Amino acid sequence: MGPQHPSTHGVLRFELCLKGETVKYIIPHCGYIHRGIEKMCEKITYQQIIHLTDRFDYLSAHMNNEAVCLAVENALEVEVPERVKYIRTILAELNRIASHQLWWCAFGMDLGALTTFFYGLRDREYILDIFEESFGSRLLHSFNYPGGLMHDIHPDFQKKVKEFIKYFRKKLPEYDQLLTGNIIFQQRAIGMGYMSKEDAISYGVTGPSGRGSGFKCDVRKHHPYSAYSKVDFKEILYTEGDTFARYKARIDEMWESMNIIEQLIDNIPAGDFTAKMKPIIKLPVGDYFQRVETARGELGCYIVSDGNKNPLRVKFRTPNFSNLFVINKIASGNKIADLVAISGSLDLVIPDIDR
Amino acid sequence: MYDFTSFTTWVHNALYSSMSPGWAMLIELAIVGIIFIAFYAVIGLYLVYAERKVCALIQNRKGPNRVGPLGLFQTIADLFKLLGKELIKIKNADQFLFNLAPFIVIIASFMAIAALPFAKGLHAIDLNIGIFYLFAVSSLGVIGILLAGWSSNSKYSLIGAIRSGAQVVSYELSVGLALLSVVIFSGSMQLSTIVESQANGWWIIKGHIPAIISFLIFLVASTAETNRGPFDLAEAESELTAGFHTEYSGIKFAFFFLAEYMNMFIVAAIASTVFLGGWMPFHLPGLDGMNHVMDYIPGFVWFLGKTAFIIFIMMWFKWTFPRLRIDQLLKLEWKYLLPLNLMNIVLIAFIVLMGWYIK
Repeated sequence: MGPQHPSTHGVLRFELCLKGETVKYIIPHCGYIHRGIEKMCEKITYQQIIHLTDRFDYLSAHMNNEAVCLAVENALEVEVPERVKYIRTILAELNRIASHQLWWCAFGMDLGALTTFFYGLRDREYILDIFEESFGSRLLHSFNYPGGLMHDIHPDFQKKVKEFIKYFRKKLPEYDQLLTGNIIFQQRAIGMGYMSKEDAISYGVTGPSGRGSGFKCDVRKHHPYSAYSKVDFKEILYTEGDTFARYKARIDEMWESMNIIEQLIDNIPAGDFTAKMKPIIKLPVGDYFQRVETARGELGCYIVSDGNKNPLRVKFRTPNFSNLFVINKIASGNKIADLVAISGSLDLVIPDIDR
Repeated sequence: MYDFTSFTTWVHNALYSSMSPGWAMLIELAIVGIIFIAFYAVIGLYLVYAERKVCALIQNRKGPNRVGPLGLFQTIADLFKLLGKELIKIKNADQFLFNLAPFIVIIASFMAIAALPFAKGLHAIDLNIGIFYLFAVSSLGVIGILLAGWSSNSKYSLIGAIRSGAQVVSYELSVGLALLSVVIFSGSMQLSTIVESQANGWWIIKGHIPAIISFLIFLVASTAETNRGPFDLAEAESELTAGFHTEYSGIKFAFFFLAEYMNMFIVAAIASTVFLGGWMPFHLPGLDGMNHVMDYIPGFVWFLGKTAFIIFIMMWFKWTFPRLRIDQLLKLEWKYLLPLNLMNIVLIAFIVLMGWYIK
């Protein structure tokens, strides 16, 4: 199945052992987008790494960049202005909503409900327009920068975001009407692809997929960064561990993200959009680690520095790699049609696996 | 009420008085054939257009709007594109059956429209076993689908065809039993009699609860029988990519596509004839003034309007529902629809015996 199958969401290949239509076991093959971003990072400066980290999970580009920025800032012991922290948090949550919207589209499409695709894209357009206006690009906005932001936000940014929240609070219940409450959808999702909490922990399944199994793994809550310590939000936890729980976790996260943005958007402090930084960043000798919560789970950025302007070694712990390999555990024994639903519920972005 | 019987008998008599009976019959057949082929093509093309417009309406899109006013000529342009495409020859495929399959599917749906009453006196043939005939020929299409899957020399096609076979054959039972309810009510299998029996109200109103149950069962089962979403397991694109017509290209693929839409038209037409009165205007006993006004609207407008309404419902749930899994699909039929249907038949028999319906 794959690498050109319509429902593997990119160039992912599953080698399936079948008995009739029942899947006996699944061997995921990755490496069809071989890119070597980690190796390329060794040859370029810290500022340039930003433009590569955009690309591995292009649906949560902002959070990927944030990991590198925070790691560099920690290493240099730079304190970024409060304004930067607030804006970073708001953008990360907007990006998370956009990512979950696209996941919802694609998940519905995997199950044969094509209309979801257009509903999700319709609402996602609002966020992408805000991004485009603010940074000039819609998907790969390298807006985070070691020490702060590339430039200040657009004057209309706050107004637009508030308009979007108002709009999306009305539109999100439509998602439930269209898909969540549908009896056919529930039959396809409830009890399907059970992942126990132990499995989630031992495979390192993080993000909404892990939280659907009751694994408390929200980095925003347990290791707060940026402005997450200042806002009040719930960690979405479901204990059922099935496809429906993972689905509900993401829908609820969109509500939570909107709450977070609403708490911050009116209180963005005035001030500079970047800390005082030298034009050439050289990290002190040592190794640095920073984790952030992307739309798909925990992203770790590990930098080993030998004191030069480019890192000695960079390693990313990306969420999709570990989320993918649990698939044999949870989907074997089900039908092929369920494999499609289960892999959809894990919300895989393939370039993130082959960084 | 417009009565086409006088017109058709005039044509008939004119032909038979001016030439030998053999030639007259031949010319009559040719006229009917040409009209039906033209009708078939127009309906098929414009159902594709309607589907794209309805799906655009549901999905907040515009749909075809470039070729001609409102994109009305889009599907005609598509037809020419499909005609121009290469017909790919599949290696090691059974060429004869491979080429035959689209024609069987087309012929099966073509035979069914012959018996449909489009308006009073406007049908090619009025069989006294009309429902039986429709029921029989509309299920022939599955042979074409099975042949297509079998002869394509492709595993996706074969799985799609076998799924489709299992699905169509099992849902055929529910379709038949749902139609039987009206046969019990009206006491006839002849379509013209069934339509005439609805002059004082349609069966869905006159037969109240059991007729509504039958109508809903018919809608679900006929959607499944025509392989449309949410029951489009035969071509589930997330599992099988396209199902039984994976290997077909160009106009041969278009034949399957056309037949699918014609089948949808046929089941909608049957539902409107049997449950919603066919060409019979909306009548309520006692309100003669209103009934008289309703009679001014021609019968085929009523017929096509009701059919379009049912087609819209079928398109509506195609574009909102996710797809079932194959085992859930068969479970729905054998464990829920069929027992419900059988109980409903008993209920109808009881109601007809007691005379608890509007006569």
